Amino acid sequence: MVWSPPLRRSFSHPWVLGVLGILTVFVAWWLVTSSGMVDKLFLPGPGAVWLAGSDQFQQGILVADAVASVRRVFLGFMISAGLALPIGIAMGTNRPICHFLEPLMALIRYMPAPAFIPLLIIYFGLEELPKVMLIFIGTFFFNTLMIMDAVKFVPSELVETALTLGGRGLPILTRVVAPFIAPQVLDTYRINMASAWNLVIVAELVAANEGLGKRISLAQRFLRTDEIFVGLIVIGLIGLLIDLGFRFLMRRACSWAN
Amino acid sequence: MHLQVSQVSKSFGEGRDRKLVLQDISFELVSGQFMALVGSSGSGKSTVMRLIAGLERPSEGTIHLDGEQVRRPGSDRGMVFQKYSLYPWLTAAQNVAFGLSLQGRDKTEIRERTAYFLDVVGLADAARLLPQELSGGMQQRVAIARALATEPKVLLLDEPFGALDLQIRESMQEFLHDLWKTTGLTALLITHDIEEALLLAGTVHIMAPRPGRIVHSVDVRLDRSDLRHLRVSQPFLELREELAGRLRSLDGSLL
Repeated sequence: MVWSPPLRRSFSHPWVLGVLGILTVFVAWWLVTSSGMVDKLFLPGPGAVWLAGSDQFQQGILVADAVASVRRVFLGFMISAGLALPIGIAMGTNRPICHFLEPLMALIRYMPAPAFIPLLIIYFGLEELPKVMLIFIGTFFFNTLMIMDAVKFVPSELVETALTLGGRGLPILTRVVAPFIAPQVLDTYRINMASAWNLVIVAELVAANEGLGKRISLAQRFLRTDEIFVGLIVIGLIGLLIDLGFRFLMRRACSWAN
Repeated sequence: MHLQVSQVSKSFGEGRDRKLVLQDISFELVSGQFMALVGSSGSGKSTVMRLIAGLERPSEGTIHLDGEQVRRPGSDRGMVFQKYSLYPWLTAAQNVAFGLSLQGRDKTEIRERTAYFLDVVGLADAARLLPQELSGGMQQRVAIARALATEPKVLLLDEPFGALDLQIRESMQEFLHDLWKTTGLTALLITHDIEEALLLAGTVHIMAPRPGRIVHSVDVRLDRSDLRHLRVSQPFLELREELAGRLRSLDGSLL
């Protein structure tokens, strides 16, 4: 079959291909489960997962879990992002501060954040604080070092131009450095947000009363693979939404960088 | 306006890595003058400019502007870099307004002066465009307008057309010459292009590398009423060839 040019063009559109990729896996899943090749207990079909999901939704569990997890992620990540910005900028602009902090941060960055869970539980108990702290620990150092790098790549011409135009001190930071690094900062946040989601689930698997990760570990106990799938898909969807949100923000706020 | 560069030397590095990049540079620049420093790469000509701009400090010697020693950058010395110096997130007009708003001038004044200087460089229609939407030549004209908007006493041009295509370069040289004639600005141009220097500058200093120093100075007296014609005229070509020969012999002496 010879495809007409418009058809070929629409098929090469990234969105069309992206949806096609997801559909392929979905159809394969449906085929495998409906053929009866696999025990439903191990791999429930799309229908069963949908039912489990709507059941959880009607009971209000799904929303409550999602809200609990999202809140932890946002709280921990906001503290991390908020502190990483000034510290990253300070490290990127000031050599002594950079020399003082960079080895320390590079060291801690390589300590796996989940390894802090036992300590955090000993220090802060089983409430919200240890989970928020875990997300903070797991993302703060990456955020800071990536922002520091962004600052280091501000072209010296841009700063020197401002100096020769009579600028000095803080305005250089707020009117040259900050706007220049804004796109990279947003991208840094977008990328590290993914680890924040990993960590919140890990934290909830260990200890929590509610949350998407908690629901998954409960489902495991009762061999409810359909509910595990619900959890996985919802986590994926929320992550995707956050990702798209950051991309949207970047397109709106930093159109010059595209 | 009186810019005085007196016996300036500059070295970078410490101890055994210490490297002398400029040796005993002296010259004077007065109001309305257009001066050029010509040299190959490594002759330290950009360093001279950075010293005058106050972005670096001389290791020895002094630089005075109207009797006051240059110690730091300031808007009395406008600077145009070779490239990458427009703020990519600001429109052409916002770029031109940048220095004025840094100085905290009032809004009406900023708007009027921005419009005026965009017009001076012939870009009134491009006011709302982002740098990435402008050609290389247009970008440099915005950079020049931005430097002029804060009314510097001297305009420092560091290879302003070095990154442009030859044809655009030529029209930009004509543009700069017209700008100099109409506004009476004072300019110091850094270039490796002898032709560019001879076309535009009344005084040309030839610089030799390692360490950078002025080895030859010429006062150029040519009829600049028509630059296109001047480029191919006999006296111009002879002068250019003479200076090119001097530059070549400098390079040769290093081999």
